[in-house]
Amino acid sequence: MGVQLQMKQGELIALLDGEIDHHGARELREEIDAAAQRTKPRLLTLDFSGVQFMDSSGVGLIMGRYRMMSEWGGEVCVANLPPRLEKLVSLAGIRELCTVISGKEGQA
Amino acid sequence: MRTNAINEMKVSFPSTSANESFARAAVAAFAAQLDPTVDELSDVRTAVSEAVTNCIVHAYRDTIGEITLTVRIYEGRRLVVQVKDKGCGIEDVEKAMEPLFTTGGEERAGLGFAVMESFMNRLHVTSRPGKGTCVTMEKRLSGRSGHGR
Repeated sequence: MGVQLQMKQGELIALLDGEIDHHGARELREEIDAAAQRTKPRLLTLDFSGVQFMDSSGVGLIMGRYRMMSEWGGEVCVANLPPRLEKLVSLAGIRELCTVISGKEGQA
Repeated sequence: MRTNAINEMKVSFPSTSANESFARAAVAAFAAQLDPTVDELSDVRTAVSEAVTNCIVHAYRDTIGEITLTVRIYEGRRLVVQVKDKGCGIEDVEKAMEPLFTTGGEERAGLGFAVMESFMNRLHVTSRPGKGTCVTMEKRLSGRSGHGR
């Protein structure tokens, strides 16, 4: 579990990796927030292509970043969401908050 | 072993967050004998993660206590998972189970019970304030012919 951060032309990309649960979410959050607070991007892309598992802690992570980005009028994009995470993302109504781009099976 | 369970496992561990992934892995390893589909296994792992996280975040909020995880297999490919704690208990179970209700702060989505309810076939919660909570959930696994869907 971890995150790689890239900044390019006003977009902060967070490449997430491994299993996202309550145990790991705090570290991810702190790393993403530190970079976002510093750079104030207009778009934060959370790339889920490397995520093998997530529970509602991952939903909390997305919703919390949405709230933070809203502070300066920025947006959040959930990218490359593996099919097996669709059910949870739908249940949580994430699409009402941000753009969700579905990924392919077996990417993770 | 409880009557007519075909197989049973029980494991207990302290409520440290590192044990969330352990609990998921333990249930998945035990359920493997039923040869569940990838989707079914993912559903069970997610529900278990929610139940165990609830014990850590809520039941034992400012302390470390014991979580007991029992998994039973019954006739008809029924997998029954029980997650028990001796923590603070839930004052109003019905309210706690409402989607988006949370006392866990900003970073918690308030979806734990909603996930357990929709990812499993049955969910039953009993709780006594000051005594603890017991979450029982059941997943009926599809027949082998249903593989791959």
